[in-house]
Amino acid sequence: MGINKDSNAYTVIFSTAMVVIVGGLLAFVSTSLKPLQEDNVRNEKKQLILKAIGSEETKSITREDAGEQFEKYVVERLILDYEGNIIEGTRLTNETPVDIKSAEDAFAVDLTKEYKKFVQPLTNKYVGSDLVDELTKETNIHYPLFICEVNDKKHFVIPVMGKGLWAGVWGYIGLESDGRTISGAVFDHKSETPGLGAEISKDFFSDQFIEKTIVDETGNYTPVKVVKPGTGVTQPYVDGISGGTFTSVGVDEMMNRTLSVYHKFFQNESGKELLTKI
Amino acid sequence: MSEVAVKEKEPLFSKKNKKLITDPLNDTNPVTIQVLGICSALAVTVKMDAALVMSMAVLAVLIIGNVIVSLMRNMIPGKIRIIVQLVVVAALVIIVDQVLKAFVYDVSKQLSVFVGLIITNCIIMGRLEAFALANKPWASALDGLGNGIGYGVILVVVAFFKELFGSGTLLGFEIFGSQGKTLAESTGLYSMGYENNGMMLLPPSSLVLVAIYIWIQKSRNPSLQEAH
Repeated sequence: MGINKDSNAYTVIFSTAMVVIVGGLLAFVSTSLKPLQEDNVRNEKKQLILKAIGSEETKSITREDAGEQFEKYVVERLILDYEGNIIEGTRLTNETPVDIKSAEDAFAVDLTKEYKKFVQPLTNKYVGSDLVDELTKETNIHYPLFICEVNDKKHFVIPVMGKGLWAGVWGYIGLESDGRTISGAVFDHKSETPGLGAEISKDFFSDQFIEKTIVDETGNYTPVKVVKPGTGVTQPYVDGISGGTFTSVGVDEMMNRTLSVYHKFFQNESGKELLTKI
Repeated sequence: MSEVAVKEKEPLFSKKNKKLITDPLNDTNPVTIQVLGICSALAVTVKMDAALVMSMAVLAVLIIGNVIVSLMRNMIPGKIRIIVQLVVVAALVIIVDQVLKAFVYDVSKQLSVFVGLIITNCIIMGRLEAFALANKPWASALDGLGNGIGYGVILVVVAFFKELFGSGTLLGFEIFGSQGKTLAESTGLYSMGYENNGMMLLPPSSLVLVAIYIWIQKSRNPSLQEAH
């Protein structure tokens, strides 16, 4: 070959051609696989919501089936604001198909994004109830609520989002029709330590929440605590993961913070109405 | 194009070519003898299924990468050859990651960042630089196959012991019975007071297991032992 492969011109031409070809190839792969990947993520979310209801019937739904079964069980969905009021126009029934691009669809709310934007900057300054108080000033956070019906029984499913040791942890909490008793819970995480913090996604952990209440006898909000095994606390609690302290604390924190808003909702008129109407 | 005229046709699986596959399984094993790719051997061996998929991913990237670089070996400018190799590997890894996300979503979630880290797996760059740049595509493919399996074997062996003693399961199936909250609720070995070894779930235990593997391997094959 008559080309000098060590010349600068050849090197530049070679690298340019390489970048164009590889770039084009990757763009093609990414766009052609994107619909499949987004389907997976969406169906997984649906599967987790259905599982959180806590009924035997919805627990065993696989990710593939969740896409179709979702609209059968989730009869209504709506978005609350920070004060626990329904945001106008967000109350949709299962006759409206899920639209992930709509700002009024509870299913489309990107909790990860909102957590990073609004909550995370405050977590360095405030903790516990101070953080909850501080967040009431944050008017842009959306609180989705899924109203489900299984065997003529009403359930509420609440998404929660927080921070574990390495990255995000999140979950869905199912409440019974009284709006205070937990009927099911699922948790998931991005990259907690396998065998330690990652155990929160196992059933043995999330099943502990079942039948715990988030309201005490006098009607005050008492979040379920996640404590070190063996620690005595007076309010409802579950055992955390030994060796996964930060993850357990993250679960405790996100539930305390988020459920308080829904508690406010079930206290006011529109919430009470939902509780009574079956 | 005169190179195409082959002098004497070498059989596809000649003795030399067979050695390309079998050597990395034992005498030149990339993990235990060359001590490459240790990082992922430490990290993705907690569960067998993750280790298997990781091995498959590395195997695929290694074979395809080897073949592509080998095909391009006469075109790659010497000055930027490492960058070219890196681009080939990175592109392949991104494609593998995208395919996993689309078709085996659960596994891709488990492997999370480690798929991306295949790019930095020293075995891949090592084989591209040491072998594919100087050999024909078929030999390079076999070399990739051999080294990929050599890597996978170690991963699976380590994962076998880590999952068995760390979680009491193999590929998710309970081997020692199930552990309940109390002894009475447990079955199998757990009802006799057996406990899983938490250390087995952490990366340091892989070091111990790989070291034991090297010990056994070297004691069986004295030619691998270094003279003192």
